[in-house]
Amino acid sequence: MRVTQPAAAPLPTRRSCPFDPPREYEHLREREPISRLAFPDGKTGWLLTRHEDVRAVLADDRFSSDRLRASLPLRQPTIRPEDVKARAGMLISLDPPEHTRYRRLLTRYFTVRRMRALTPRIEQIVDDHLVAMERSGPPTDLVRAFALPIPSLVICELLGVPYADRGMFQGWMSTLLRIDVTDEDAFAARDALKDYMLDLVTTKRAHPDDALLSRLIAGEGAAQGLPDTALSDQELAGIGRLLLVAGHETTANMLALGTYALLRHPGQLKLLRERPASVDRAIEELLRYLTIVQFGTVRVAREDVEIAGRTVRAGETVVASLSAANRDPERFAHPARLDVARELNQHVAFGHGVHQCLGQQLARTEMRVAFPALFARFPTLRLAVDPERVPMRDDMFLYGVHELPLTWDR
Amino acid sequence: MRIRIDHDRCRGAGQCALNAPELFDQSDDDGTVVLLDDRPPPELHDSARIAAELCPNAVIRLVEDS
Ligand code: HEM
Ligand code: SF4
Repeated sequence: MRVTQPAAAPLPTRRSCPFDPPREYEHLREREPISRLAFPDGKTGWLLTRHEDVRAVLADDRFSSDRLRASLPLRQPTIRPEDVKARAGMLISLDPPEHTRYRRLLTRYFTVRRMRALTPRIEQIVDDHLVAMERSGPPTDLVRAFALPIPSLVICELLGVPYADRGMFQGWMSTLLRIDVTDEDAFAARDALKDYMLDLVTTKRAHPDDALLSRLIAGEGAAQGLPDTALSDQELAGIGRLLLVAGHETTANMLALGTYALLRHPGQLKLLRERPASVDRAIEELLRYLTIVQFGTVRVAREDVEIAGRTVRAGETVVASLSAANRDPERFAHPARLDVARELNQHVAFGHGVHQCLGQQLARTEMRVAFPALFARFPTLRLAVDPERVPMRDDMFLYGVHELPLTWDR
Repeated sequence: MRIRIDHDRCRGAGQCALNAPELFDQSDDDGTVVLLDDRPPPELHDSARIAAELCPNAVIRLVEDS
Protein backbone atom coordinates (compact mmCIF):
# COMPACT_ATOMS: atom_id res chain seq x y z
CA MET A 1 0.00 0.00 0.00
CA ARG A 2 1.29 3.44 -0.82
CA VAL A 3 1.04 5.94 1.97
CA THR A 4 0.39 9.36 0.52
CA GLN A 5 2.52 12.14 1.91
CA PRO A 6 0.33 14.89 3.34
CA ALA A 7 1.04 18.21 1.65
CA ALA A 8 3.58 20.44 3.31
CA ALA A 9 2.04 23.40 5.16
CA PRO A 10 3.62 26.58 6.52
CA LEU A 11 4.25 26.98 10.24
CA PRO A 12 0.99 27.77 12.06
CA THR A 13 1.20 31.24 13.59
CA ARG A 14 -2.36 32.45 14.19
CA ARG A 15 -3.47 32.27 17.81
CA SER A 16 -7.10 32.20 18.82
CA CYS A 17 -6.35 32.93 22.49
CA PRO A 18 -3.52 35.24 23.55
CA PHE A 19 -2.05 32.66 25.92
CA ASP A 20 -2.44 29.51 23.83
CA PRO A 21 -0.34 28.44 20.85
CA PRO A 22 -2.20 28.16 17.52
CA ARG A 23 -4.82 25.36 17.58
CA GLU A 24 -3.19 23.50 14.70
CA TYR A 25 -0.40 22.31 16.96
CA GLU A 26 -2.80 20.24 18.99
CA HIS A 27 -4.15 18.46 15.94
CA LEU A 28 -0.69 17.88 14.57
CA ARG A 29 0.61 16.50 17.85
CA GLU A 30 -2.22 13.99 17.97
CA ARG A 31 -2.35 13.00 14.31
CA GLU A 32 0.98 13.80 12.78
CA PRO A 33 3.62 14.52 15.43
CA ILE A 34 6.25 14.85 12.72
CA SER A 35 4.68 16.74 9.86
CA ARG A 36 5.82 18.20 6.54
CA LEU A 37 6.64 21.89 6.78
CA ALA A 38 6.84 24.34 3.88
CA PHE A 39 9.49 27.05 4.25
CA PRO A 40 9.44 30.50 2.62
CA ASP A 41 12.65 29.62 0.73
CA GLY A 42 10.64 26.99 -1.18
CA LYS A 43 12.15 23.99 0.58
CA THR A 44 10.30 21.45 2.69
CA GLY A 45 11.31 20.14 6.09
CA TRP A 46 9.67 18.93 9.25
CA LEU A 47 7.76 20.21 12.26
CA LEU A 48 7.97 18.43 15.62
CA THR A 49 5.20 18.95 18.16
CA ARG A 50 5.70 16.22 20.78
CA HIS A 51 7.71 16.88 23.93
CA GLU A 52 9.59 13.62 23.58
CA ASP A 53 10.62 14.21 19.96
CA VAL A 54 11.57 17.84 20.57
CA ARG A 55 13.84 16.83 23.44
CA ALA A 56 15.32 13.99 21.42
CA VAL A 57 16.26 16.19 18.47
CA LEU A 58 17.70 18.98 20.62
CA ALA A 59 19.93 16.43 22.40
CA ASP A 60 21.03 14.69 19.17
CA ASP A 61 24.43 15.65 17.77
CA ARG A 62 23.43 14.45 14.30
CA PHE A 63 21.58 17.77 14.08
CA SER A 64 23.37 21.07 13.52
CA SER A 65 22.42 24.52 14.85
CA ASP A 66 24.02 26.32 11.91
CA ARG A 67 21.39 28.95 11.03
CA LEU A 68 23.16 29.74 7.77
CA ARG A 69 22.44 26.26 6.42
CA ALA A 70 18.90 26.10 7.79
CA SER A 71 15.62 27.03 6.20
CA LEU A 72 13.85 29.38 8.56
CA PRO A 73 10.11 28.98 9.07
CA LEU A 74 8.84 32.56 8.76
CA ARG A 75 11.30 34.58 6.78
CA GLN A 76 14.50 33.58 4.99
CA PRO A 77 16.98 36.35 5.70
CA THR A 78 19.42 37.29 2.95
CA ILE A 79 22.93 36.46 4.10
CA ARG A 80 25.76 38.66 2.91
CA PRO A 81 29.45 37.65 3.05
CA GLU A 82 29.99 40.07 5.93
CA ASP A 83 27.25 38.33 7.90
CA VAL A 84 29.10 35.03 7.56
CA LYS A 85 32.24 36.68 8.91
CA ALA A 86 30.36 38.32 11.76
CA ARG A 87 29.15 35.09 13.28
CA ALA A 88 32.39 34.48 15.21
CA GLY A 89 31.45 33.97 18.85
CA MET A 90 27.71 33.51 18.11
CA LEU A 91 27.59 30.23 19.94
CA ILE A 92 23.85 29.75 19.52
CA SER A 93 24.51 29.01 15.84
CA LEU A 94 27.68 26.93 16.23
CA ASP A 95 28.15 23.20 16.73
CA PRO A 96 30.59 21.35 18.97
CA PRO A 97 33.57 21.51 19.22
CA GLU A 98 33.49 25.22 18.31
CA HIS A 99 30.38 25.73 20.43
CA THR A 100 31.97 23.93 23.37
CA ARG A 101 34.93 26.28 23.45
CA TYR A 102 32.78 29.41 23.83
CA ARG A 103 30.26 27.80 26.13
CA ARG A 104 33.04 26.65 28.49
CA LEU A 105 34.44 30.16 28.57
CA LEU A 106 31.09 31.73 29.40
CA THR A 107 29.33 29.24 31.65
CA ARG A 108 31.17 30.14 34.82
CA TYR A 109 29.82 33.69 34.61
CA PHE A 110 26.23 32.39 34.61
CA THR A 111 26.21 29.74 37.33
CA VAL A 112 23.38 29.46 39.85
CA ARG A 113 25.67 30.82 42.56
CA ARG A 114 26.91 33.84 40.59
CA MET A 115 23.43 34.77 39.49
CA ARG A 116 22.04 34.44 43.02
CA ALA A 117 24.81 36.79 44.13
CA LEU A 118 23.30 39.46 41.88
CA THR A 119 20.06 39.39 43.90
CA PRO A 120 20.75 42.46 46.10
CA ARG A 121 21.64 44.59 43.08
CA ILE A 122 18.57 43.38 41.17
CA GLU A 123 16.39 44.12 44.21
CA GLN A 124 17.75 47.66 44.20
CA ILE A 125 17.05 48.10 40.48
CA VAL A 126 13.54 46.68 40.85
CA ASP A 127 12.82 48.94 43.79
CA ASP A 128 14.03 52.05 41.94
CA HIS A 129 11.64 51.28 39.11
CA LEU A 130 8.72 50.60 41.44
CA VAL A 131 9.32 53.92 43.16
CA ALA A 132 9.35 55.69 39.79
CA MET A 133 6.10 53.93 38.84
CA GLU A 134 4.45 55.07 42.05
CA ARG A 135 5.52 58.63 41.41
CA SER A 136 4.39 58.89 37.85
CA GLY A 137 1.28 56.66 37.85
CA PRO A 138 -1.32 55.35 37.73
CA PRO A 139 -1.78 54.47 34.94
CA THR A 140 1.45 53.16 33.51
CA ASP A 141 2.72 50.98 30.69
CA LEU A 142 4.42 48.10 32.47
CA VAL A 143 6.64 47.32 29.49
CA ARG A 144 8.28 50.73 29.45
CA ALA A 145 8.26 51.40 33.17
CA PHE A 146 9.33 48.01 34.47
CA ALA A 147 9.57 44.94 32.25
CA LEU A 148 12.09 46.22 29.70
CA PRO A 149 14.30 48.56 31.75
CA ILE A 150 15.04 46.06 34.51
CA PRO A 151 16.61 43.26 32.42
CA SER A 152 18.15 45.89 30.17
CA LEU A 153 19.99 47.57 33.01
CA VAL A 154 20.99 44.23 34.53
CA ILE A 155 22.53 42.83 31.32
CA CYS A 156 24.24 46.17 30.58
CA GLU A 157 25.91 46.18 33.99
CA LEU A 158 26.85 42.53 33.69
CA LEU A 159 28.46 43.00 30.26
CA GLY A 160 29.82 46.50 30.75
CA VAL A 161 27.61 48.08 28.06
CA PRO A 162 26.70 51.74 28.77
CA TYR A 163 22.99 51.81 29.65
CA ALA A 164 22.87 55.37 28.37
CA ASP A 165 23.21 53.95 24.83
CA ARG A 166 19.98 51.96 25.15
CA GLY A 167 18.03 54.30 22.91
CA MET A 168 20.20 53.06 20.04
CA PHE A 169 20.60 49.36 20.64
CA GLN A 170 17.06 48.70 21.88
CA GLY A 171 15.82 50.09 18.57
CA TRP A 172 18.13 47.88 16.48
CA MET A 173 17.20 44.83 18.48
CA SER A 174 13.47 45.29 18.18
CA THR A 175 13.89 45.76 14.40
CA LEU A 176 15.69 42.43 14.23
CA LEU A 177 12.92 40.69 16.18
CA ARG A 178 10.21 41.69 13.72
CA ILE A 179 8.93 38.84 11.57
CA ASP A 180 8.19 41.15 8.65
CA VAL A 181 11.40 43.17 8.70
CA THR A 182 12.70 44.06 5.22
CA ASP A 183 16.20 43.02 4.16
CA GLU A 184 17.14 46.66 4.01
CA ASP A 185 16.11 47.41 7.59
CA ALA A 186 17.61 44.16 8.85
CA PHE A 187 20.99 44.91 7.23
CA ALA A 188 21.03 48.42 8.70
CA ALA A 189 20.18 47.20 12.20
CA ARG A 190 22.60 44.26 12.03
CA ASP A 191 25.46 46.47 10.85
CA ALA A 192 24.77 49.18 13.39
CA LEU A 193 24.74 46.68 16.24
CA LYS A 194 27.89 45.01 14.94
CA ASP A 195 29.79 48.30 14.64
CA TYR A 196 28.57 49.44 18.02
CA MET A 197 29.84 46.28 19.70
CA LEU A 198 33.18 46.32 17.87
CA ASP A 199 33.71 49.92 19.00
CA LEU A 200 32.84 48.94 22.53
CA VAL A 201 35.36 46.09 22.49
CA THR A 202 38.04 48.54 21.32
CA THR A 203 37.12 50.89 24.14
CA LYS A 204 37.28 48.07 26.68
CA ARG A 205 40.72 47.04 25.49
CA ALA A 206 41.93 50.57 26.19
CA HIS A 207 39.89 51.17 29.36
CA PRO A 208 38.99 47.89 31.03
CA ASP A 209 36.42 47.71 33.84
CA ASP A 210 35.49 44.67 35.89
CA ALA A 211 32.46 43.61 33.85
CA LEU A 212 32.20 40.55 31.61
CA LEU A 213 33.56 41.91 28.32
CA SER A 214 36.70 43.21 29.98
CA ARG A 215 37.15 39.96 31.86
CA LEU A 216 36.93 38.02 28.63
CA ILE A 217 39.50 40.36 27.09
CA ALA A 218 41.79 39.89 30.06
CA GLY A 219 41.59 36.16 29.43
CA GLU A 220 40.58 35.15 32.92
CA GLY A 221 39.97 31.71 31.47
CA ALA A 222 43.60 31.37 30.45
CA ALA A 223 44.64 32.22 33.98
CA GLN A 224 42.51 29.31 35.19
CA GLY A 225 44.22 26.94 32.82
CA LEU A 226 41.45 26.72 30.25
CA PRO A 227 42.97 26.12 26.82
CA ASP A 228 42.99 28.45 23.86
CA THR A 229 41.16 31.39 25.31
CA ALA A 230 42.52 34.45 23.57
CA LEU A 231 39.51 35.91 21.79
CA SER A 232 39.67 38.12 18.71
CA ASP A 233 37.75 41.39 18.55
CA GLN A 234 35.29 39.76 16.15
CA GLU A 235 34.67 36.93 18.58
CA LEU A 236 34.27 39.28 21.54
CA ALA A 237 31.85 41.44 19.59
CA GLY A 238 29.86 38.36 18.56
CA ILE A 239 29.60 37.16 22.15
CA GLY A 240 28.69 40.67 23.28
CA ARG A 241 25.93 41.04 20.70
CA LEU A 242 24.46 37.63 21.43
CA LEU A 243 24.38 38.26 25.18
CA LEU A 244 23.00 41.76 24.84
CA VAL A 245 20.19 40.65 22.53
CA ALA A 246 19.42 37.42 24.38
CA GLY A 247 19.50 39.16 27.75
CA HIS A 248 17.04 41.89 26.84
CA GLU A 249 13.69 41.08 25.39
CA THR A 250 13.57 37.54 26.75
CA THR A 251 13.18 38.37 30.42
CA ALA A 252 11.40 41.60 29.48
CA ASN A 253 8.67 39.69 27.69
CA MET A 254 8.40 37.12 30.44
CA LEU A 255 7.87 39.88 33.01
CA ALA A 256 5.20 41.71 31.04
CA LEU A 257 3.39 38.70 29.60
CA GLY A 258 3.70 36.85 32.92
CA THR A 259 2.10 39.77 34.75
CA TYR A 260 -0.69 39.89 32.18
CA ALA A 261 -1.30 36.14 32.48
CA LEU A 262 -1.43 36.32 36.29
CA LEU A 263 -3.83 39.28 36.20
CA ARG A 264 -6.09 37.23 33.92
CA HIS A 265 -5.87 34.24 36.30
CA PRO A 266 -6.69 35.89 39.64
CA GLY A 267 -6.93 32.57 41.48
CA GLN A 268 -3.37 31.73 40.52
CA LEU A 269 -2.17 35.22 41.42
CA LYS A 270 -3.85 34.88 44.80
CA LEU A 271 -1.99 31.61 45.44
CA LEU A 272 1.27 33.29 44.58
CA ARG A 273 0.54 36.27 46.81
CA GLU A 274 -0.40 34.06 49.73
CA ARG A 275 2.66 31.87 49.42
CA PRO A 276 5.66 33.88 48.26
CA ALA A 277 7.86 30.79 48.70
CA SER A 278 6.06 29.22 45.75
CA VAL A 279 7.49 31.80 43.36
CA ASP A 280 10.10 29.41 41.95
CA ARG A 281 7.48 26.92 40.85
CA ALA A 282 5.30 29.69 39.50
CA ILE A 283 8.16 30.96 37.35
CA GLU A 284 8.77 27.53 35.81
CA GLU A 285 5.06 27.27 35.09
CA LEU A 286 4.94 30.71 33.47
CA LEU A 287 7.94 29.75 31.33
CA ARG A 288 6.10 26.62 30.21
CA TYR A 289 2.67 28.13 29.78
CA LEU A 290 3.83 31.21 27.89
CA THR A 291 6.83 29.80 25.91
CA ILE A 292 7.90 33.16 24.53
CA VAL A 293 10.27 31.58 21.97
CA GLN A 294 6.98 31.14 20.16
CA PHE A 295 8.16 29.73 16.84
CA GLY A 296 10.55 27.19 18.33
CA THR A 297 14.10 26.56 17.25
CA VAL A 298 15.63 24.99 14.14
CA ARG A 299 18.12 22.20 13.51
CA VAL A 300 19.56 20.84 10.25
CA ALA A 301 20.12 17.10 9.84
CA ARG A 302 23.76 16.29 9.01
CA GLU A 303 22.80 12.76 7.97
CA ASP A 304 19.59 10.79 7.45
CA VAL A 305 17.89 10.38 10.84
CA GLU A 306 14.79 8.42 11.86
CA ILE A 307 12.37 10.36 14.08
CA ALA A 308 8.94 9.18 15.12
CA GLY A 309 8.82 6.71 12.25
CA ARG A 310 9.90 9.12 9.52
CA THR A 311 13.24 9.66 7.83
CA VAL A 312 14.61 13.17 7.99
CA ARG A 313 17.06 13.45 5.09
CA ALA A 314 20.51 14.97 5.42
CA GLY A 315 20.27 18.71 4.81
CA GLU A 316 16.61 19.03 5.76
CA THR A 317 15.56 21.49 8.44
CA VAL A 318 13.54 20.45 11.46
CA VAL A 319 11.57 22.98 13.49
CA ALA A 320 11.30 21.92 17.13
CA SER A 321 8.16 23.62 18.43
CA LEU A 322 8.87 24.51 22.04
CA SER A 323 5.36 25.86 22.56
CA ALA A 324 3.73 22.67 21.25
CA ALA A 325 6.08 20.49 23.32
CA ASN A 326 5.24 22.52 26.42
CA ARG A 327 1.53 21.72 25.93
CA ASP A 328 2.00 18.00 25.36
CA PRO A 329 -0.57 16.12 27.50
CA GLU A 330 1.75 13.09 27.54
CA ARG A 331 4.12 15.13 29.67
CA PHE A 332 1.93 17.72 31.43
CA ALA A 333 -1.39 16.96 33.09
CA HIS A 334 -3.98 19.53 31.93
CA PRO A 335 -1.41 21.32 29.77
CA ALA A 336 -3.73 24.21 28.87
CA ARG A 337 -4.14 25.11 32.53
CA LEU A 338 -1.90 27.68 34.21
CA ASP A 339 -1.07 25.93 37.48
CA VAL A 340 1.51 27.83 39.51
CA ALA A 341 1.89 24.87 41.87
CA ARG A 342 2.83 22.38 39.11
CA GLU A 343 5.55 19.98 40.23
CA LEU A 344 8.56 18.60 38.33
CA ASN A 345 8.06 20.92 35.42
CA GLN A 346 10.14 19.49 32.61
CA HIS A 347 9.41 22.32 30.20
CA VAL A 348 11.59 23.13 27.20
CA ALA A 349 11.10 26.91 27.32
CA PHE A 350 14.90 27.25 27.62
CA GLY A 351 15.53 24.56 25.00
CA HIS A 352 17.34 21.31 25.70
CA GLY A 353 20.73 19.73 24.99
CA VAL A 354 24.02 21.58 24.65
CA HIS A 355 22.42 24.89 23.64
CA GLN A 356 20.00 25.01 26.56
CA CYS A 357 19.84 28.66 27.55
CA LEU A 358 23.08 30.02 28.98
CA GLY A 359 21.24 32.88 30.68
CA GLN A 360 18.48 30.85 32.34
CA GLN A 361 19.74 31.36 35.89
CA LEU A 362 19.95 35.09 35.27
CA ALA A 363 16.39 35.13 33.90
CA ARG A 364 15.16 33.13 36.92
CA THR A 365 16.92 35.44 39.37
CA GLU A 366 15.42 38.52 37.72
CA MET A 367 11.92 37.05 37.75
CA ARG A 368 12.04 35.78 41.34
CA VAL A 369 12.88 39.30 42.48
CA ALA A 370 10.65 41.26 40.11
CA PHE A 371 7.29 39.42 40.23
CA PRO A 372 6.85 39.31 44.03
CA ALA A 373 8.06 42.90 44.43
CA LEU A 374 5.62 44.19 41.81
CA PHE A 375 2.60 42.39 43.26
CA ALA A 376 3.52 43.33 46.83
CA ARG A 377 3.91 47.01 45.97
CA PHE A 378 0.59 47.25 44.12
CA PRO A 379 -2.04 45.04 45.82
CA THR A 380 -4.75 46.47 43.54
CA LEU A 381 -2.82 46.15 40.28
CA ARG A 382 -5.14 45.62 37.30
CA LEU A 383 -5.51 46.22 33.57
CA ALA A 384 -6.27 49.81 32.60
CA VAL A 385 -7.88 48.78 29.28
CA ASP A 386 -10.08 45.97 28.02
CA PRO A 387 -8.13 42.77 27.40
CA GLU A 388 -8.92 43.00 23.67
CA ARG A 389 -7.00 46.26 23.59
CA VAL A 390 -3.74 44.76 24.85
CA PRO A 391 -1.47 44.60 21.78
CA MET A 392 0.04 41.14 21.55
CA ARG A 393 3.42 40.45 19.93
CA ASP A 394 2.16 38.08 17.23
CA ASP A 395 4.48 39.85 14.85
CA MET A 396 7.70 39.30 16.80
CA PHE A 397 9.97 36.28 17.15
CA LEU A 398 9.69 36.63 20.93
CA TYR A 399 6.11 36.61 22.12
CA GLY A 400 4.74 39.00 24.70
CA VAL A 401 2.84 42.28 24.82
CA HIS A 402 3.88 45.46 23.04
CA GLU A 403 2.33 47.45 25.84
CA LEU A 404 0.61 46.61 29.11
CA PRO A 405 -1.45 49.54 30.42
CA LEU A 406 -1.99 48.98 34.16
CA THR A 407 -3.62 50.92 36.93
CA TRP A 408 -4.00 50.66 40.72
CA ASP A 409 -5.59 52.46 43.68
CA ARG A 410 -3.41 55.07 45.22
CA MET B 1 21.62 5.04 45.36
CA ARG B 2 24.84 6.08 43.66
CA ILE B 3 25.32 9.14 41.44
CA ARG B 4 27.59 8.91 38.41
CA ILE B 5 28.66 11.94 36.38
CA ASP B 6 29.60 11.97 32.71
CA HIS B 7 31.53 15.19 33.11
CA ASP B 8 32.54 15.64 29.46
CA ARG B 9 28.92 16.12 28.46
CA CYS B 10 28.23 18.89 30.97
CA ARG B 11 27.58 22.38 29.54
CA GLY B 12 26.89 24.06 32.85
CA ALA B 13 23.20 24.76 32.44
CA GLY B 14 22.91 24.51 36.22
CA GLN B 15 19.68 22.52 36.51
CA CYS B 16 21.48 20.23 38.97
CA ALA B 17 22.73 22.98 41.30
CA LEU B 18 19.34 24.66 41.12
CA ASN B 19 17.24 21.62 41.95
CA ALA B 20 19.56 19.65 44.25
CA PRO B 21 22.00 22.11 45.80
CA GLU B 22 22.87 19.59 48.52
CA LEU B 23 24.26 17.22 45.91
CA PHE B 24 25.60 19.38 43.08
CA ASP B 25 27.53 22.60 42.73
CA GLN B 26 29.07 24.33 39.72
CA SER B 27 32.79 24.98 39.47
CA ASP B 28 33.99 28.58 39.60
CA ASP B 29 36.50 27.79 36.85
CA ASP B 30 34.25 26.66 34.06
CA GLY B 31 30.75 26.38 35.49
CA THR B 32 30.55 22.62 35.03
CA VAL B 33 29.05 20.29 37.59
CA VAL B 34 30.78 19.40 40.85
CA LEU B 35 29.35 16.33 42.55
CA LEU B 36 29.20 16.93 46.30
CA ASP B 37 27.94 13.54 47.40
CA ASP B 38 27.88 10.42 45.25
CA ARG B 39 25.94 8.43 47.87
CA PRO B 40 22.98 10.64 48.70
CA PRO B 41 21.01 9.92 51.87
CA PRO B 42 17.47 8.64 51.20
CA GLU B 43 15.83 12.00 51.88
CA LEU B 44 17.75 13.44 48.92
CA HIS B 45 16.90 10.68 46.45
CA ASP B 46 13.96 12.62 45.07
CA SER B 47 15.99 15.74 44.38
CA ALA B 48 18.69 13.58 42.76
CA ARG B 49 16.04 12.13 40.45
CA ILE B 50 14.71 15.58 39.57
CA ALA B 51 18.21 16.83 38.77
CA ALA B 52 18.89 13.79 36.58
CA GLU B 53 15.59 14.26 34.72
CA LEU B 54 16.11 17.97 34.16
CA CYS B 55 19.77 17.90 33.13
CA PRO B 56 19.67 18.81 29.42
CA ASN B 57 22.75 16.79 28.58
CA ALA B 58 22.17 13.45 30.30
CA VAL B 59 25.19 14.02 32.51
CA ILE B 60 23.73 12.61 35.71
CA ARG B 61 23.17 8.88 35.98
CA LEU B 62 21.60 7.26 39.01
CA VAL B 63 22.39 3.71 39.94
CA GLU B 64 19.70 2.46 42.28
CA ASP B 65 20.80 -0.06 44.91
CA SER B 66 19.01 -3.27 44.33
C1 HEM C 1 13.05 33.93 30.14
C2 HEM C 1 13.95 34.24 29.39
C3 HEM C 1 14.65 33.39 28.35
C4 HEM C 1 14.17 32.41 27.53
C5 HEM C 1 12.75 31.88 27.43
C6 HEM C 1 15.30 31.92 26.75
C7 HEM C 1 15.23 30.91 25.81
C8 HEM C 1 16.33 30.34 25.19
C9 HEM C 1 16.28 29.18 24.31
C10 HEM C 1 15.02 28.42 23.93
C11 HEM C 1 17.55 28.90 23.91
C12 HEM C 1 18.00 27.73 23.03
C13 HEM C 1 18.03 28.07 21.58
C14 HEM C 1 18.36 26.86 20.72
O1 HEM C 1 18.49 25.74 21.21
O2 HEM C 1 18.48 27.04 19.50
C15 HEM C 1 18.41 29.91 24.51
C16 HEM C 1 19.77 29.99 24.31
C17 HEM C 1 20.54 31.03 24.79
N1 HEM C 1 20.16 32.03 25.68
FE1 HEM C 1 18.31 32.28 26.46
N2 HEM C 1 16.42 32.62 27.11
C18 HEM C 1 16.07 33.52 28.09
C19 HEM C 1 16.90 34.42 28.74
C20 HEM C 1 18.23 34.61 28.45
C21 HEM C 1 19.06 35.59 29.09
C22 HEM C 1 18.64 36.55 30.20
C23 HEM C 1 20.27 35.49 28.51
C24 HEM C 1 21.43 36.37 28.89
C25 HEM C 1 22.58 36.15 29.06
C26 HEM C 1 20.22 34.41 27.52
C27 HEM C 1 21.27 33.97 26.72
C28 HEM C 1 21.23 32.86 25.90
C29 HEM C 1 22.38 32.37 25.13
C30 HEM C 1 23.77 32.98 25.09
C31 HEM C 1 21.95 31.22 24.43
C32 HEM C 1 22.77 30.32 23.51
C33 HEM C 1 23.37 29.20 24.30
C34 HEM C 1 24.14 28.20 23.47
O3 HEM C 1 24.03 28.19 22.25
O4 HEM C 1 24.86 27.40 24.08
N3 HEM C 1 18.95 33.91 27.52
N4 HEM C 1 17.64 30.76 25.30
S1 SF4 D 1 22.33 20.14 34.82
FE1 SF4 D 1 23.62 18.77 33.64
S2 SF4 D 1 24.63 20.06 32.12
FE2 SF4 D 1 23.76 21.41 33.66
S3 SF4 D 1 25.42 21.78 35.09
FE3 SF4 D 1 24.26 20.09 35.90
S4 SF4 D 1 25.24 18.29 35.06
FE4 SF4 D 1 25.99 20.00 33.87
